[in-house]
Amino acid sequence: MPTPTRSGAQLHVVTGKGGTGKTTVAAALALALASRGQDVLLCEVEGRQGIARLFDVDPLPYAERRIAVGTGNGEKQGALYGLHIDPESALLEYLAMYYKLGRAGKALDRFGVIEFATTLAPGVRDVLLTGKVYEAAKPGRRGKDVRQYDAVVLDAPPTGRIAQFLGVNSELAGLAKVGPIKSQADQVMKLFRSQRTRIHLVTVLEEMPVQETADGIEELRDHGFPLGSVVVNLVRPQDLGADDLAALTSGDVEPAAVATDLKAAGIEADDALVEGLLAEARDHAVRRALEDSQRELVAQLDVPTVELPRLPGGADLGGLYELAGSLCEQGMA
Amino acid sequence: MSPQSSAGNRARVGPLAGAGSTAPVLDVDALLDDRDTGIIVCCGSGGVGKTTTSAALALRAAERGRKVVVLTIDPARRLAQSMGIEELDNTPRPVPDVAGEGSLDAMMLDMKRTFDEVVESQASPEKAQQILTNPFYVALSSSFAGTQEYMAMEKLGQIHAAARADDTYDLIVVDTPPSRSALDFLDAPERLSRFLDGRFIRLLLAPAKGPAKLMTAGVGLVTNAMTRILGAQVLRDMQTFVAAFDTLFGGFRQRAQKTFELLQADGTAFLVVAAPEPDALREAAYFVERLSEDRMPLAGLVVNRATAPPEGSLSADEAMAAYERLSRREDGADDSPVSRTAGLLRLHADRSRLVERERGLRTRFAAAHPQVPTAVVPALAGDVHDLDGLRDVGHLLSGG
Repeated sequence: MPTPTRSGAQLHVVTGKGGTGKTTVAAALALALASRGQDVLLCEVEGRQGIARLFDVDPLPYAERRIAVGTGNGEKQGALYGLHIDPESALLEYLAMYYKLGRAGKALDRFGVIEFATTLAPGVRDVLLTGKVYEAAKPGRRGKDVRQYDAVVLDAPPTGRIAQFLGVNSELAGLAKVGPIKSQADQVMKLFRSQRTRIHLVTVLEEMPVQETADGIEELRDHGFPLGSVVVNLVRPQDLGADDLAALTSGDVEPAAVATDLKAAGIEADDALVEGLLAEARDHAVRRALEDSQRELVAQLDVPTVELPRLPGGADLGGLYELAGSLCEQGMA
Repeated sequence: MSPQSSAGNRARVGPLAGAGSTAPVLDVDALLDDRDTGIIVCCGSGGVGKTTTSAALALRAAERGRKVVVLTIDPARRLAQSMGIEELDNTPRPVPDVAGEGSLDAMMLDMKRTFDEVVESQASPEKAQQILTNPFYVALSSSFAGTQEYMAMEKLGQIHAAARADDTYDLIVVDTPPSRSALDFLDAPERLSRFLDGRFIRLLLAPAKGPAKLMTAGVGLVTNAMTRILGAQVLRDMQTFVAAFDTLFGGFRQRAQKTFELLQADGTAFLVVAAPEPDALREAAYFVERLSEDRMPLAGLVVNRATAPPEGSLSADEAMAAYERLSRREDGADDSPVSRTAGLLRLHADRSRLVERERGLRTRFAAAHPQVPTAVVPALAGDVHDLDGLRDVGHLLSGG
C-alpha cells in the first residue's frame, strides 16, 4: 500500500441496499481504521445525521468534528472525525475556494441559483457531494480546521444509485467540453478509479439484497471502479452447529433430553417450554438454511467477504467498537 | 387520551401521554373494502419492504372485488415475476390468476419514457424534437436524482384521470420512490413551482427573450460567474433548453399542483411503512408529522419484518443465566447434547431481547404518535416468489 498521507488519503466508499446497515458498517470501518492508528474522516452525504446518532454526539455541521478515538491496542490511537456534507454549503465553499466569488456567491443565492443548483439542476448535487469528498481525500490540504487524513470513509448512497453517484463527474465532463468544471470532474473520476479508492458493498443474507449486491458489483466493474469487500451484515447467531440444525429439522431431538439438561441448568422445564424452545430453533434452522444458500451466492461474487453479527441490543457506541474489532480481526482494517 | 392533559402539551402529545398504551390496530381490510378509498400511497425509507407491501395490498384488494392498478417504482425482477409478469414497464399489464370478481394490473414507472411522453404531448413535433435531443434534457430525464419524484406524481395524475374517464380502475396503489429523503415525493410540486416562479429561470430566459426589464447589475454578475464556472457552451445549452421548455413548464406545474390536491383529498390513504429499527421508525415519524402538516390523509403505520415473540415465559436473563451454567459444566466438550441445549437457550435469549427491543421502539413511536393505527407484520423466512406468497403477506397485513 502506498504511504497514504503523501499521496492523499485512502478512500473507502461504503454502499448497500437500504436497511442493510450501511451507515453502521461505515462507522465500524472508520473506527477499525482509527484503532489501527490512522486518522480517519467519516463523511455522510444524505442529510440524515446518522453518524451523530450512532456516536451519540450533537448533529454534525459542515465542518470536520472529532467524534471518537480508536482503541489503539497499546499502539498509536487514531482519531476519528465526522463530516456532514450538504450540497448548499459545498457549493458556497467551492465558489469561495476556486473562484473567489465573495459577492457573486451572494448574488447567486439571491437569484435562487444556489437552490436551483442543489435541488433541481441535473446532477449538480452529486457533483458537489463527490467534489467535497475528493477535496477531503486529496494530498496537501491546507486551511483552517482541515487536516490531512490517512483514510476517508464515505457513507455513500445506496447500491442502486452508487455507480451513477460516483460516475456523475464523467457525465458532467461530457456535458462541459472545456473549462474548470471539466478539469475538476476529470480529477475526481481519476481518484474514484484509482488504487486509492475501495468500494465496499454491505448486504444481508437475503435474496433481494444479495441480488442487488451482485447487480451493483457488475455495474461498478463495468464502470471501472475498484471494488473492496462485500460486508455481510446482521448475521444470525451461530451457536447451533450444522449437526444440531439438521437434527432439529428432521425432528431427531429428544425433548426429554433437553428437559434434563434444562433441569441441570436450574430451569424447571415443562413440556410447553421445551416444545417452545424447539419450535424457535426449527424456525431458526429454516432461516439459517436460507442464509447458507445466500452465502454461497455471495462467495461466487469473487470479492473478499467479511461477516458481522446481528447485535441483539442494536448498534450503539459499544456495539460499534465490537463490530470494529471484528473487522480488524477479519483483516478489513 | 384525556382532553385535560397538562398545559403546554397542545402542539404535540407529550411522551408520557401514551406510555404503556399500545397503538390502535390498523384495519387493512376495512380500508381496502371502503369504496371511497381511491388511492393508497405506501411511503417510507428504503429496504422496509415497501414494494412488496404495495403489491400484496393491491392483490388483496383485487381479490376482495376491487379493480386495482399498482404503480411500482423500482421492483425487483423477482417481484414482477411473482405477479406472473416477466418485465414490468410503463403500461399497466394484467396480472393473471387473480381470484374473484376484481382485477389487478401492474406497471413500473419508466421515468424517461413518461417524461418524453409529456414533452411529445405538449409541444409541437418540431419543438419536441428540439427538446428531446438537448443534452440537458437527456441528462435531466434519464439519470439524475429528483426526476423520479416528479414523474411518479405525473404518472399518478395520468392514471387517475384515465381511470376516472373510462372507469378502468377504482383503486390505485402507489409505491413511492426510494428517496434519500422520503419527503421528496411530497416536495416535488412545491419545488417545481418555486423553481418556475423563481428569478433564476427568468434570468436564464432573459437573453433569449431580448432586452428584459430584469436586467440589473446583479444579472451581469451572475451570468459572468456562471460562464466562468460552467463554460459558455454549457450555459448556452442550458438557455436553449429552458427556452424550449418554457411553454411546457406551465402545464407541468398545473398538473403537479392538481396531483398534490388529489393526494390531500378524502379518497386518498397514506400508509407509512417501516421496519422495527430506529432509523426506519425515525423516518416514519418524520413522515407522519409531515403528512399531518400538509393535511394529507394518513391511514396508518405498517411495521414489517417484526420478530415473532417466543413461546413461554422464560425471560432472556433467565435463559442466559442457564446458558452460562450449562457452558461452565461442559468445559470444552463440544458437540455433546448439552451444548445443543445451551445453544437453544442462547437462541431464546437472543430472540427475546430482539422482541423486547422492537416492542420498546414501537411503544416509543406510539407514545409520540398515539393516534396512528398500526399493523405489525411478522418477518417471513424467505422472499416472495409467487401470488401465493403475496397472498400470505396480504393475510398477515390484515392481522391474519
